[in-house]
Amino acid sequence: MLDGTAQALIQGVLLGGYYAIIAAGLSLMVGVVRFINLAHGDMAVLGALVTITLTQVLGMPVLLSILLMLPLMGLLGWVMHAVLFERAMKGGLLLPILVTIGLGAALQNAMFGIWGSDTRSLGADIGSLAWEGWFLPGGIILGKLPVIVFCVAVLVIGGLHLMLRRTKLGRAIRATASDREAAEMCGVDAARAHRAAAAIAVALAALAGVFLAMRAQVTPYSGPAQLIFAFEAVVIGGLGSLGGTLIGGIVLGVSQSLGGLISAQASLLTGHLVFVAVLIWRLGRDWSADHGGWHAGLVAQLARRVGRRESGAEQ
Amino acid sequence: MTRHAIAGIPRVDRQLIAALLALFLGLAALPFFGSALIVDKLTLLTVYVTLAVMWNLLAGFAGLVSVGHQAFIGLGGYFALRLVESGVSPFPALLVGGALVLLAAWPLSWLVLRLRAAEFAVAMWVLAEAIRSMVMFDPLIQGETGRSLVALNAIDPDLRRNTLYLMGLATAGAAMALSYALLRGRLGAEARAIRDDAEAAASLGVSTMRVKRIIFLISALGCAIAGTIWLGSAITYQPRTAFGINWSVFMLFMVLVGGLGSYLGPLLGALLLFALQEIFGDFGAWYLAGVGVVAILFALYAPRGIMGLIADRTGREPLSMQARLTRQGEA
Amino acid sequence: MTRLSVEGAVCRHGLLTAVRGVSFALEAGEVLCVIGANGAGKTTLMRALAGAHPLAAGRIVLDGEDVTGLGTHARLRRGIAMSPEGRRLFPDMTVRENLMIAAENGRAGDWTLDRVLAAFDQLEPLLDRPAEKLSGGQRQAAAIGRALLANPDVLLLDEVSLGLSPAAVEGVYRALGEIKETRAMTMIVVEQDLTCALNFADRILCVTEGAVALEGRPDDFTRAEISNAYFGIHEKESADA
Repeated sequence: MLDGTAQALIQGVLLGGYYAIIAAGLSLMVGVVRFINLAHGDMAVLGALVTITLTQVLGMPVLLSILLMLPLMGLLGWVMHAVLFERAMKGGLLLPILVTIGLGAALQNAMFGIWGSDTRSLGADIGSLAWEGWFLPGGIILGKLPVIVFCVAVLVIGGLHLMLRRTKLGRAIRATASDREAAEMCGVDAARAHRAAAAIAVALAALAGVFLAMRAQVTPYSGPAQLIFAFEAVVIGGLGSLGGTLIGGIVLGVSQSLGGLISAQASLLTGHLVFVAVLIWRLGRDWSADHGGWHAGLVAQLARRVGRRESGAEQ
Repeated sequence: MTRHAIAGIPRVDRQLIAALLALFLGLAALPFFGSALIVDKLTLLTVYVTLAVMWNLLAGFAGLVSVGHQAFIGLGGYFALRLVESGVSPFPALLVGGALVLLAAWPLSWLVLRLRAAEFAVAMWVLAEAIRSMVMFDPLIQGETGRSLVALNAIDPDLRRNTLYLMGLATAGAAMALSYALLRGRLGAEARAIRDDAEAAASLGVSTMRVKRIIFLISALGCAIAGTIWLGSAITYQPRTAFGINWSVFMLFMVLVGGLGSYLGPLLGALLLFALQEIFGDFGAWYLAGVGVVAILFALYAPRGIMGLIADRTGREPLSMQARLTRQGEA
Repeated sequence: MTRLSVEGAVCRHGLLTAVRGVSFALEAGEVLCVIGANGAGKTTLMRALAGAHPLAAGRIVLDGEDVTGLGTHARLRRGIAMSPEGRRLFPDMTVRENLMIAAENGRAGDWTLDRVLAAFDQLEPLLDRPAEKLSGGQRQAAAIGRALLANPDVLLLDEVSLGLSPAAVEGVYRALGEIKETRAMTMIVVEQDLTCALNFADRILCVTEGAVALEGRPDDFTRAEISNAYFGIHEKESADA
């Protein structure tokens, strides 16, 4: 039993790596562009399907397919931002939601039209990597692929962090996020910075999609679930914080993995419940901060209720 | 000084209301002469109208874009199913099952209404997924497999079809009448004030939370009942379909294309979606992809939808919910 | 040689017209101080010059090129830089990062980090501090330094002395005076403090209710004439008469 729990914990942490990769792009967009792309999960699936096609139909090595696919998806992200998202963002808070959910529906069904409903996987193309692992004392198995995914996640988050801190583009993106107009006054092309962030976000989603296809199957309709996991990881880790996104991914992965000890269905539910719990805790904290602490806030609320009743009685 | 007053209902609008009422009565008589196929199809249309009116109330008037209202469609269906399984007569079970959704929507409203626009949208979606996972735990549903409303199959097909149709029509009519009353009244004025300037509205004593909560609960109830009626005609309950994101895509399409925040827009959008489905439905996925593309195009290039285009052409929106102020000296 | 000319500039905020047909031209190396009461339209005019506020009518010409249609960042690369009202430093970035952004996105030229640090010596020890931790005077120095690092031909400085201690004001104007001496940069300065403005400017432009009330060299006018124009008194009297 204890071994099972330890195994689940380790698997959960490693699964968190996958969630961190798909959440990193979403987190970047939320943090610096203040834009949530509801088709983010569908980008992951598109990246996976393109890679699968390059590998299985054109016979390219997997690594080459990925290296070819990533810039293509980045370019797609750039173009989408320039053509769709910028315009949507100018139309207020509601339009981005409407546009990206429409985009998701269009993408899912177009992918279904192109690739059909078959579940697809890259598992057969990565040879022994799909099942090999290291045996640790206590009967714990460390799968090679999950370890690689986790390492990539750490590299991705670390790389993004360094890019934002140390490069010209990173500083431009951060300056634009902080004060768009002031950034423009420093010569930063804010629209370009946003497009670059969107390109990175879509490429990262696509990378996550490839890993998803390596360890499991994808269908054209797998995207929404991935968006939800990514969003959960971002919210659990704290909106817009990259380091938090890794932690959020791990918390989500561990919750799902521990829930999986009960049953396969419980796995997803546990993840959702942890998300809801974090949301309640965060809103509660904000509420208490706004009202000068829990105690004072509750007393004030109560006083207001009583006051309202009394003034009602007088009338 | 000229005095200002809220104008009465203009003649065009009164004629429109009369036409809508006549249409409603005509449709109510349909079971007496319409074919079974038409009645079945129109039942679906009434479901669409209800969904569109509810989502418009939520997004167009309270400014709450939800992509998770399938939570209530699926949950209403589940409650109805459970009631039927425990021996309640099917038709009342559909209505009561829908109403029970309020038990979930009310506590949820405390949570989600405190979130900002995009977070609210996605959080609703996550909650829909969470509720779906919970429903799938019920051994009755057997996970992905689902369950049929067997009791409905026992009822005479004509009676079943006509009853469901009339229930659907009554729900759609009630949704439209209720939203008319709400929007013409105090709540509508408050909702518009919040949508236009939340801070100014709050300073005038409008409780943003209260208005949003009322609208949120009504929309949850309406979607749930529409969902149970749809379940009644589909018979099979599958969590993946009942909690599917496609419901949100459809609602969004109908409201956006018809005219977000207009009164007649959702009705127009529902008719359009219904027609498109009849014509292009056989194209399956490509049809759904087209629905997504059209929604994007409307969002970007005609965000006020067909009603907005009509309003631009004619100078005013038919059955607009904006209270019209006129100078009494001139009128 | 005319460096910058503004011809009939009109700016609106919704229904309100903030700038009504302002025109002026500046030679290379000239310093113009824009004065006027609160709400006279000075800041809107400056923002319009930087490309942060659209012109409803009129045009802005830099070195013979019409830049009216260009966005803010494009104008910076043509040589118009601004230290905006409120300084607008990036609060969670360090002073060094704030300065680097302008240096790496602006134009190349004589103004390097070292030269900015020499001109504003108080910045040197603050380089790795987040901008939000600076005092008012330090912020102003960093904001001006940031604008200088873009190596502009035309430097726009909004509300130079606002909120600063007298010592800080003196420090800023000493540094600006040295830049003025080189005559390498055209400057437009919005200044609330009349004494500072009259001492520093080659020319002054007094704006009242969005229109030019007075324009010329500081010595051309008496103090009374200037303050009348400043408060819009002159116009009212002539309208009554």
